Amino acid sequence: MEVTMKGIKKSFGENQVLRGVDFNIIAGEIHALMGENGAGKSTLMNILTGLLQADEGSIWVDNQEVKYDNPNDAEGNGISFIHQEMNVWPDMTVLENLFMGKEITNKFGFLDNKKMTQQANEVFAELNVQLDLNEEVGRLSVGQQQMIEIAKSLLSKSEVIIMDEPSAALTEREIRTLFSIIDKLTTRGVAIIYISHRMEEVFEMSNRITVLRDGVSVGTLQTKETNNDEIVRMMVGRDLEDYYPSKTNEIGEIAFEVQNLSKDKVFKDISFQVRSGEIVGFSGLMGAGRTEIMRSIFGMDNLDSGKLILEGEEIAIHNPSSAIAHGIGFLTENRKDEGLILDESIRENISLPSIDGFNKGMVIDEKAEREFAELLANRLAVRAMHVEDEVSSLSGGNQQKVVLAKWVGMGSKVLILDEPTRGVDVGAKREIYQLMNELAERGVAIIMISSDLPEILGVSDRIIVIHEGKVAGELTKQEATEEKIMMYATGGK
Amino acid sequence: MSNNIEHTKEQKNKGFDYKEMITKLGPLLALIVLIIFVSILSPSFLSLTNLMNLMRQVSINALIAFGMTFVIITGGIDLSVGSVLALSSALMGGMIVSGIDPIIAMIIALIIGFVLGVVNGLLITKGRLAPFIATLATMTIFRGATLVYTDGQPITGLGETFIFQFMGRGYFFGIPFPIVITLVAFAILFMLLHKMSFGRKVLSIGGNEKASFISGVKINKIKLFVYGISGTLSALAGIILTSRLNSAQPTAGTSYEMDAIASVVLGGTSMSGGKGRIFGTLIGALIIGTLNNGLNLLGVSTFYQQIVKGIVIIIAVLLDRRK
Repeated sequence: MEVTMKGIKKSFGENQVLRGVDFNIIAGEIHALMGENGAGKSTLMNILTGLLQADEGSIWVDNQEVKYDNPNDAEGNGISFIHQEMNVWPDMTVLENLFMGKEITNKFGFLDNKKMTQQANEVFAELNVQLDLNEEVGRLSVGQQQMIEIAKSLLSKSEVIIMDEPSAALTEREIRTLFSIIDKLTTRGVAIIYISHRMEEVFEMSNRITVLRDGVSVGTLQTKETNNDEIVRMMVGRDLEDYYPSKTNEIGEIAFEVQNLSKDKVFKDISFQVRSGEIVGFSGLMGAGRTEIMRSIFGMDNLDSGKLILEGEEIAIHNPSSAIAHGIGFLTENRKDEGLILDESIRENISLPSIDGFNKGMVIDEKAEREFAELLANRLAVRAMHVEDEVSSLSGGNQQKVVLAKWVGMGSKVLILDEPTRGVDVGAKREIYQLMNELAERGVAIIMISSDLPEILGVSDRIIVIHEGKVAGELTKQEATEEKIMMYATGGK
Repeated sequence: MSNNIEHTKEQKNKGFDYKEMITKLGPLLALIVLIIFVSILSPSFLSLTNLMNLMRQVSINALIAFGMTFVIITGGIDLSVGSVLALSSALMGGMIVSGIDPIIAMIIALIIGFVLGVVNGLLITKGRLAPFIATLATMTIFRGATLVYTDGQPITGLGETFIFQFMGRGYFFGIPFPIVITLVAFAILFMLLHKMSFGRKVLSIGGNEKASFISGVKINKIKLFVYGISGTLSALAGIILTSRLNSAQPTAGTSYEMDAIASVVLGGTSMSGGKGRIFGTLIGALIIGTLNNGLNLLGVSTFYQQIVKGIVIIIAVLLDRRK
């Protein structure tokens, strides 16, 4: 099956999101679709799968013009879309999920579990996936849930599968499994449209790359004939020579220190220090315990033992509010669940941790609060019309800046950033790095967890590697390399 | 690139406020339409006596609904309001009969209401019960306790103390005192919800509890207080009701949670939490009151009244969702 989209245009109100995009995919290829957030990737894919209708342009399947009215229509014609946020029913079983809405029934109208089980097993065998069909999906890992989505698209005989950031929430091993499954699919002639921000993956996996920028297709290249820099240049429309801004500030005294932190079965004997003005990167495989360590420091989970020392004095933290009172801020890895109140305004989100500081008498000084939020939103270059806009209307990068603004505004002395650039586009990433440097310059001690090795190497002054809940090694910026980090992260010596 | 927020403020303001206004004024428009409708059908509706009477009836439901607004904004529900009303009133009645100064008895009744609300809050926060379950259970427990205490009989002989009589039956510059109480409570709660940091935290909990926790909001403390407020306002409504009836009825307040929840919903507060306005609830309570009063004037049987009320709620919520 070959799909060609020609001259696709789409506007939302006065905002023209797509201005004549051409896109083509042929059977058996992996075609990476790249572009900054807001470049129009999702809109284009939503048009292909019938969720949206193009204002102009046409879609051709095997030289015949088609028009899909809704996603079911597209799926029936062999095009399915695996969204970043997956559509699973967590309380239902694997089998029920696989056949959701497409249940097979016998002639009396009862569910034909035998037939469904047989079909499911066939698909799983083909994908080389082992899952209990009677397990509740909510108990499975994100990676396994994704396998269900892929199996679902095979059950509906899809020939084109769109995957939106499929690796974002997967562990390294799950990513490997995913890649081998994608390989299998392509040998069967299935075409994959692969949307990802991760360069390494795109270069490893894809045959061709199409880059979108501001609603226009900038170009389609053979992956073999291009390189990282060229793609980045196409995405942002300019050179990004110093992708990681250089950090030159002086590093001060020890600002925060933890000694022998332990939590049964999660992490053990964790000790480290962060100096003011320093950015310490925490690297390690997914599930090594980095996030758990930080959550315990911040008072979200309990510690079994260990000491926290802030500016030379031992402190006790029982909950986030006492951590905040000591000047510690925590940008969590999941901004939608834990970082933001999506249907509140930028202003309300930014001022929440410091809201008690705005009391004038008994009431909130609304003018001061608004000025505070405007100041921070501007300083962090949050792209929005107004601080009263709901944060749900912002792009991922701008949402992340709002979370950062909230901790900057609180005057954090120690800032813990867990995957600060996850799901953030190239331009906004760089702005976040710059902001981290500015904060360090003003003496903030920064702890950054990141699973992106180039980022850890590019941003950190010092790198601590965690392996199975223990500090496996520590590297200075000068001595750190990807190989050394990976060696520590995988338990090598 | 328009990344400077202040510069573009003006142009944004227009479009924004227009939509906001419709959301805010929707319930009020519905109330006005209803009033016009009822007064055409029954001219006596607009008489001063009837309006005063209506507002007096509304005040009890409004007070309970104010507390319910806070609870629903946090994403919870309080089904026990009617039972809290009955238990605190019965205990107050008992105290007055046994010779305790009515003023002190009324203050203690309010404290009892607060404590009963905090019990709900503890079950929900520390006990991790779903608010629906916790307050469903305390609804029957508090009602049972009331029946045990009163032995199922009304408590009468509450005396002729001026201040106690005044609560439900007095006039303040010609305005029935319950209305004055309701308006004062409205003003205080409006400030609390919309102008003070407490209210901001209540809204943020309903919007995203996890994110609020990480932002340092003391979730449990705020929730205890919210259920405490709901209990206190139920007790206050109980004082007014007891004063008006001049007796504490063991079955007082039965199914009052229904009208309260309906008022909150009609006022545009989201049942999933995070969004709500106390002014909307006041309007919602007036809509319910006008319906009750209007249908009475028109001689519609109370059986049909219930059907009409239910239909109005469904229509209101459907219209609300369209926006």
